[in-house]
Amino acid sequence: MSSDITTKTPEAAAVPPPGRAPEKKRVAQGHRRLLTRRDRITLGLMAGVPTVLHVALVWVTALASIALAFTTWDGIGFDSIKWVGLDNFKQLFTDNPQFWPAVEHNIIWFVVLILIPTPLGLFLAVQLDKKIRFSRVYQTAFFLPVVMSLAVTGFVWQLIYNPDTGLINSLIGANKPGHYIDWIGDPHLNLWAILVAASWRHTGYMMILYLAGLKGVDPSLREASSLDGANEWQTFKNVIFPTLRPTNTVVLVVTIIEALRAFDLVFVFNKGAQGTELLSILITNNIIGESSRIGYGSAIAVVLLVISLAVIIPYLIATFRKERRA
Amino acid sequence: MHNTPSGLSVPGPSRRTLLRGIGGAAALSAGIPLLSACAGSSGSGGDAKTVTLGSNASDAVPKKAFAEIYAAFKTKSGLTVDVNTKDHNTFQEQINSYLQGTPDDVFNWFAGYRMQFFAAKKLASPIDDVWAKIGDNFPDAMKKLSKGEDGKYYFVPLYTYPWALFYRKSVFKQHGYQVPTTWDQLVALCKQMKKDGLVPIAFGDKDAWPAMGTFDQINFRLNGYDFHVELMAGKASWTDAKVKATFDHWAELLPYHQDGFMGRTWQDAAQTLVSKKAGMYLLGSFVAQQFTNKADLDDLDFFAFPEINSAFGQDTVEAPTDGFMVSKAPKNKDGVTKLLEFLGTPEAESIYLKADSSVVAASSKADTSSYTPLQKKAYEMISGAKSLTQFMDRDSRPDFTSTVMQPALQKFLQNPKGVDSLLSNIERQKKTIFASS
Repeated sequence: MSSDITTKTPEAAAVPPPGRAPEKKRVAQGHRRLLTRRDRITLGLMAGVPTVLHVALVWVTALASIALAFTTWDGIGFDSIKWVGLDNFKQLFTDNPQFWPAVEHNIIWFVVLILIPTPLGLFLAVQLDKKIRFSRVYQTAFFLPVVMSLAVTGFVWQLIYNPDTGLINSLIGANKPGHYIDWIGDPHLNLWAILVAASWRHTGYMMILYLAGLKGVDPSLREASSLDGANEWQTFKNVIFPTLRPTNTVVLVVTIIEALRAFDLVFVFNKGAQGTELLSILITNNIIGESSRIGYGSAIAVVLLVISLAVIIPYLIATFRKERRA
Repeated sequence: MHNTPSGLSVPGPSRRTLLRGIGGAAALSAGIPLLSACAGSSGSGGDAKTVTLGSNASDAVPKKAFAEIYAAFKTKSGLTVDVNTKDHNTFQEQINSYLQGTPDDVFNWFAGYRMQFFAAKKLASPIDDVWAKIGDNFPDAMKKLSKGEDGKYYFVPLYTYPWALFYRKSVFKQHGYQVPTTWDQLVALCKQMKKDGLVPIAFGDKDAWPAMGTFDQINFRLNGYDFHVELMAGKASWTDAKVKATFDHWAELLPYHQDGFMGRTWQDAAQTLVSKKAGMYLLGSFVAQQFTNKADLDDLDFFAFPEINSAFGQDTVEAPTDGFMVSKAPKNKDGVTKLLEFLGTPEAESIYLKADSSVVAASSKADTSSYTPLQKKAYEMISGAKSLTQFMDRDSRPDFTSTVMQPALQKFLQNPKGVDSLLSNIERQKKTIFASS
């Protein structure tokens, strides 16, 4: 800024101020100095470039895929796009044998994540919050699966579930003809097998979120409740848990997102074959590849989008309402 | 630019050096098709000495074998083949956008409907002029495979490999088994193997495509080549009683398949044949790649899928064929013609086969003297066939086979009794897919 002034002053001196104008002009000049042309260009670019990118990469693509959901297109040349109205959705809801299982599995995914790893993560967080010995070690151990990429998690669990050479079947001898447990292939088993792997990871994630929440609980609350003679369970139920409300909201949202975007683990595990179909995998299978069904795949994507919006919009409304009140 | 001897250590020129056939670090060019295409266009605008080639041969053995072919071509014609290698599966996934963008002059591809699809979409150039010269090198079945729906040639085949039932000679000898030639003999053999404590038929369908091979064999043995092709082309109905009969036969054989196949890859299934726990395995001859021990490999043998319907006997062989196509607007048309003419010679084939012994030549004139017994048998089986099929996902629309047939066949394997509703569902989905373009 100072260099700005020095460069400006000689210029200002060169032009003699005409009469009484200086007062006004100085104000204007000060204003201009606050946002020089360069500043405005910089700001314009800083706001403009991301906006253009955002609109092009998020909004245009989202709207394009909504539009494509009403067409058939094999991805070769724009002239092969054909308008088919609601046909894709009709087929999806009536003829596609994988669609309803996929919806069901996404829901099961959410329910399981919320019922098993979430309470487990909370339990672990409460235990670790007591500053027991080696708590850092436990914390690291439970959090480790979260650090790993889900694709890697998938590979690791495959070594455990492989029906011929996997750890479980080798230990219990279930890899012989006659009594064979096909963890990956059996449609009554494989979803649950994958959910164990998903929960294994989700528990650590939940634990860290709750641990952060618990750190924020005012210690005087605990003190007060123990003075009132509450036991540990009563303290947790009536004092600690209610103060974790904001954390619970975050946990709920994170878990819903995890359930909707579930993909990598299953894709590595068995590519969403019988028993493990997911919406995200159906989309990928239809769109990626050498002669793609882009319209049909987009229709599935639109279904996923609608489900996501149905979850996200109420959440956003609730959050904004709270902010407005505050 | 072309004469940097130190090129190998410098990323940029090293590609060029490699392209001249010296071989090495093609990984560099793997992920950047656009860049290399641009380089190709700027570099070869007046460069009549280079032909660009998009390759899916990312595995070490075929990559080296191809490099040797291009080196021989360079010595012969003075033309450099500028190879742009991409990961095998990535190449397939991106083929659409690759061919619509700025593709290389020539590219690796597969015969069959998969080739015809891109020919019909005008993403490939007809090469009848090349075939006028190389036609005599190939049997009729190969010629048929290389034509588009419009009757023009679009493809130069290089190598092929048969699907059959593979077995260990020592196992058959030990138990005194005979090679079955009819369906009843096959079922009886399976029964006997089960009694003897063997897994009659090794099987793994985790990747969802191996089951298609079983369907193909039973279907063209039972209903004949013509019906099979019509079915694959979307013309015949999946609710036809003939298709139902195919699945009924399959269901009869299913109890003799290896347990837990939905969670097993073909490699793992092959291991049960290697370890002599399984009696037979229906697969392509690439199963030999799993026999790493020389003694085991020498013990490996195969026989054609038995006859089911005497009207067709064993006249059809499933033999997926790989080769080359020309993109829609090659920059160096003369060079491309010369290259394809060379690739269609027995000479180019024998260079390839020296390096990769799991396949056989597509040409009927290639030198077979250095073939292993397994290769010789495969070659005889293919050249003696009345008709050749490719594979379900090469003979039909890939979108249909991957999004409808793969899950449908897996569903059948889980529940062979629900085949009627399954077939009517396949037929409904087929109609919409084949009607879409």
